[in-house]
Amino acid sequence: MDAIQMSLLEQVAELHDVPEGAYNIRANGKAAARNTTAHIDIVSKTDKDGIDIIIKPGTKNESVHIPVVLSESGLQETVYNDFFIGDDCDVTIVAGCGIHNCGVQNSEHDGVHTFHVGKRSRVRYVERHYGEGDGRGENIMNPTTVVDMDEDSYMEMETTQIKGVDSTVRTTQAKLGDRATLIIKEKVMTHGKQLAKSDFTVDLDGEDCHTNVISRSVAREDSKQVFMARINGNNRCYGHSECDAIIMDHGVVAAIPEVTANCVDASLVHEAAIGKIAGEQLTKLMTLGLTEKEAEEQIVKGFLK
Amino acid sequence: MLELQHISYEVEQDGEDKGILHDVNLKIGERFVAITGPNGGGKSTLAKIIAGIYTPTTGRIILDGEDITKLNITERAHKGISFAFQQPVRFKGLTVKDLITLASGKHIGVSEACDYLSEVGLCAKDYIDREVDASLSGGELKRIEIAMIMARGTKLSVFDEPEAGIDLWSFSNLIQVFEHLHEKINGSILIISHQERILNIADRIIVLADGRVQQDGARKDVLPGLLGETGGVCSALSDKVR
Repeated sequence: MDAIQMSLLEQVAELHDVPEGAYNIRANGKAAARNTTAHIDIVSKTDKDGIDIIIKPGTKNESVHIPVVLSESGLQETVYNDFFIGDDCDVTIVAGCGIHNCGVQNSEHDGVHTFHVGKRSRVRYVERHYGEGDGRGENIMNPTTVVDMDEDSYMEMETTQIKGVDSTVRTTQAKLGDRATLIIKEKVMTHGKQLAKSDFTVDLDGEDCHTNVISRSVAREDSKQVFMARINGNNRCYGHSECDAIIMDHGVVAAIPEVTANCVDASLVHEAAIGKIAGEQLTKLMTLGLTEKEAEEQIVKGFLK
Repeated sequence: MLELQHISYEVEQDGEDKGILHDVNLKIGERFVAITGPNGGGKSTLAKIIAGIYTPTTGRIILDGEDITKLNITERAHKGISFAFQQPVRFKGLTVKDLITLASGKHIGVSEACDYLSEVGLCAKDYIDREVDASLSGGELKRIEIAMIMARGTKLSVFDEPEAGIDLWSFSNLIQVFEHLHEKINGSILIISHQERILNIADRIIVLADGRVQQDGARKDVLPGLLGETGGVCSALSDKVR
């Protein structure tokens, strides 16, 4: 791996060196490094690009890192990663994609991640997207996440896209079993002429299952964002979605909720708030000695923390 | 020493100019000065003019001999003016520690930030990592606002009705905070208040009504008159404490 790839790796996986535990690092369309543990196996798919990550039942306090870096301009790929998480696990999965594009062709990585979460398992899934490069070629990422949650399972999904991704359509589909809980926290910041679209569909199928879909985003300059949250309450369940967005310059944010209660005991809530930074917030920080620009930075930084 | 020279402030209302402040002249150098008077008398406007949030229509503001009339909010903050809002602002994502750190203007440790919170009667470990958002009550926000002013430690601290919107239980506690602040803070405190117990610890009391200074003098000379009045200027003395 070269310096550019290492720096991308640091951005998307906070890795300064090879990680501990299981990992699979993909660089420019090829497997660059892999490590498996006694409880976590990683196997390359034979029919298409991608890997199967198999986590044995009862695996606790282990982590899997599967970062992807692209530094060759014009590379376009679709990768399928399937996670099979056994019963009674407690694991952290860190995925992420960093693109460095200094050419004129578009670079694109589309990851399709499928999670099968076993009974009573707890999963923390962290995904970061980052792009850089001074070429005219665009950095494009279209991640798809499919989640299938068994009884009493718990999954927390944190997705972050802060910089340099020109176009992204994030699609997430989840089905929840009895007493399963899915928490999704999305953070997006766009600038320039970027477009970011998030499309969440959560089917609350199980009895007493629960989801909370939270999006915090900042759209600056001429960028555009669309947040769609579709929650279907098919049983006695609780669903909540929330879109909180700051718009700056000529940024545009659209929040499109769709909550459908197919069961009389389903309880579904959607909240959305979009607006510019409140003038009094800027004034307050300026009375502490910050300039208007510094105040703006602090507010955005805190908002996306 | 803060000097206000011929400060007037007008706003346009229904197409006409309405005067909020009329030729206000004050020199403030004492440790603890209270401004009181009825609602709508121009007190908050005057405080915002001092902080640079409003620009006076006419007049000059002098701080330690320097004309700061044309300086903006940030520049005045750097010159040593602090301002506690009547209605503290909420921030999604910024924590109590973030704000106290920004206020102090340097990197401070958790223990130093906690000291400021303890000063205002908040149990530091419960609050230091809390977000300054809608989860905090009005009383808690007021205390954090005061802690920020303490962390700044500037030569002039202006408080706009620290008691407004606080319930009676918290209020009694707040008075103790101010009594303490009086001993602790460096420089001058200028406090806008309707509260007898706050006026009671002031060195000097200024009564502002209808945009004009109506009375100005040592506490012992001004306060008895205010408490004795049944109507007029200071019927609003305890209006805002609930």
